Amino acid sequence: MTNSNGTLSTAEKVNKSLQKRYRAEKRFRAYGISAIAFGLLCLVVLFTDIISKGHSAFFQTYVKLDITFDPTEMGVDDPTDANQLATADYDSLIRNALKEQFPEASGRRDRRALYAVVSNGAAFTLREQLKENPQLLNQTVPMWMLADDDIDTYVKHRDDAQGDTFAGRISEKQMGWVDTLIDNNQVESRFNTTFFTSGDSREPEQAGILGALVGSLLTLVVTILLSFPIGVAAAVYLEEYAPQNKFTDFIEVNINNLAAVPSIIFGLLGLAIFIGFFEMQRSLPLVGGLVLTLMTLPTIIISSRAAIKAVPPSVRDAALGLGASKMQMVLHHVLPLAMPGMLTGAIIGFAQALGETAPLLMIGMVAFVVDIPGAITDPATALPVQIFLWSDSPERAFVERTSAAIMVLLAFLISMNTLAIWLRRRLERRW
Amino acid sequence: MQVVNTPIQENEKLNAKSDKVAREKPKTDPINGSHANVGETVGKPFAKHPKMTMRNVDVFYGDKQAIYDVSLDIGKHEVVAMIGPSGCGKSTFLRCLNRMNDTIDICKVKGEIKLEELDVYHPKQDVVPLRARVGMVFQKPNPFPKSIYDNVAYGPRIHGLFERKTDLDEIVENSLRRASLWEEVKDRLHSPGTGLSGGQQQRLCIARTIAVSPEVILMDEPCSALDPIATAKIEELIAELSKKFTIAIVTHSMQQAARVSHRTAYFHMGKLVEVNDTKRVFTNPQHKLTEAYITGRFG
Ligand SMILES: Nc1ncnc2c1ncn2[C@@H]1O[C@H](COP(=O)(O)OP(=O)(O)OP(=O)(O)O)[C@@H](O)[C@H]1O
Ligand SMILES: [Mg+2]
Repeated sequence: MTNSNGTLSTAEKVNKSLQKRYRAEKRFRAYGISAIAFGLLCLVVLFTDIISKGHSAFFQTYVKLDITFDPTEMGVDDPTDANQLATADYDSLIRNALKEQFPEASGRRDRRALYAVVSNGAAFTLREQLKENPQLLNQTVPMWMLADDDIDTYVKHRDDAQGDTFAGRISEKQMGWVDTLIDNNQVESRFNTTFFTSGDSREPEQAGILGALVGSLLTLVVTILLSFPIGVAAAVYLEEYAPQNKFTDFIEVNINNLAAVPSIIFGLLGLAIFIGFFEMQRSLPLVGGLVLTLMTLPTIIISSRAAIKAVPPSVRDAALGLGASKMQMVLHHVLPLAMPGMLTGAIIGFAQALGETAPLLMIGMVAFVVDIPGAITDPATALPVQIFLWSDSPERAFVERTSAAIMVLLAFLISMNTLAIWLRRRLERRW
Repeated sequence: MQVVNTPIQENEKLNAKSDKVAREKPKTDPINGSHANVGETVGKPFAKHPKMTMRNVDVFYGDKQAIYDVSLDIGKHEVVAMIGPSGCGKSTFLRCLNRMNDTIDICKVKGEIKLEELDVYHPKQDVVPLRARVGMVFQKPNPFPKSIYDNVAYGPRIHGLFERKTDLDEIVENSLRRASLWEEVKDRLHSPGTGLSGGQQQRLCIARTIAVSPEVILMDEPCSALDPIATAKIEELIAELSKKFTIAIVTHSMQQAARVSHRTAYFHMGKLVEVNDTKRVFTNPQHKLTEAYITGRFG
């Protein structure tokens, strides 16, 4: 419909532009959806890659051998002497069992190759067994023993099309022996408990993640205990008490800059201050926690300040108007209302700290630590550093363990975030 | 509405002199008049039994002066309304009385403000006991995001006004009753105060204020966010409260000022232009600026 003078009425103009607006709206939404789809795709690729590489690390090959606990062979003349039993030669028992089953391995080299089928950690298993059941002495019993990592890799990938690509690490003869063992049902794949119960090791089949996990946990505890209270206190002071002047402006600029400083600089700082000046030991979760505290503080301060700023001024007025002191106002009203926001920021900081490698390298948490740390003053390494170390190892079995360690790190992160979100919900419900 | 007449009649004599002095002053164009032309306060700024006395109060925000040389008394159990165009400094002046201006860094107050014998701005004066004696109700209802009970109980709790839980229950009930909110909320004392309607929230804020038993209540446009029915309720409440408390109220509604107050103070560009018995201000303003404002010529 047109007006008398032939131009479109306003309603018609609006209708016309409406079509255009709808299209723009659709396009706008499509951008958002494609952004999310891209993110999800990356996530799926990442997860499939890690899981497909790492899932096999959760299983470990075991070999069954008939072990004869022969005291003379072990060098034990008094079976009641616990000390003798502890230092006895269990390796020879395994060697004998292997020799018996595969008498064709005669040369020195062949023998060496044959003995390498079983992990050198298997002797410890035998010792533990005998300690628990002393009546095993002089008996012949079938025992399941940890296979060597190369054998493990071979067994896992024997049926793959690309199986022969890994064969380089083990000889034709070894393959033959393993195939015989498999045919005799002497090979079994079991859940890899070692991976979750032991610390690092040079031997992949004996290497576990627990040491790094505990190290990370201890480091994180130190970080949380220090950075959250300090960060919140700093934020409260800056927001509620500090006068607006050049000095506080200067502090603000510095905090914002610190948040953008590369983490390795904090590592250097920690090295200089905590290890250089205060002469603390290297590789300690305590020092790691201190360094990560320095690193996360700016993040926590900035997010806490934002959360405190977001508390409506009317609530402050209400509290002050009733005669609450400033501290009461902060403790009773501002902090509870700002807590969910502060937690959100803190979680981001802690998640960053958990995944941080570079500063920990600087303070020596990259050391090879076998023992599980029991305190923040025991040498330790951390999950991301462990991943870094394993990814650098030549053994094929460490490749899958690297991916498995990444999975453990991700699981740690996810459970930490879940906990934090749950906590935030609980706090929010108290309006 | 009940009006307690005594303090006002007593003020009459006291203010007679300043009344005359002011009237003799020559006035220039009231509407475009600069600060210098407003001159001294006309009317009756003083009270016989003052609860609060303000003398030569200047307030600055940084370099900018917001209040110029204001002297005013608020008598015991009196309701003083403050009116004036937006930005004339009513809130600023009101917030001086319980030092809420302290929260603004750049705000400086000069002159003398006394609550009976207490020097409000004495450097050693702590704001906590002061604000326990001079309570405040804000323009926007601002209940704490806590339960109704906790809202009212907050003041008594921080000031330690009770010994047993039953005493606190009693304080809460009495305060809510006096704010005429008890009947509406007695069954849901433990549901959030923010879940009430705007008018109920404002009455909750009043209850919260009177739970501390202050002597003076400052109200900054307490009804501006409310509908006429809620407003009427609060106005009734003010009349009732004035039996026990001294009240200073800022309002944009001249009808409201006329209904609730004993005296009305007219502010203009940071100066107190005229103070007088409310009836007189609205029927027979003495200053041209006041007249112009109440007849709606500007504001
Ligand atoms: N925090 C502040 N910083 C700087 N100037 C301020 C501040 N608060 C108020 N002012 C200024 O002081 C003057 C008086 O403000 P005030 O809020 O007291 O006015 P009002 O009479 O309450 O106005 P309204 O009726 O709109 O509430 C205004 O010019 C205002 O710009
Ligand atoms: Mg105001």
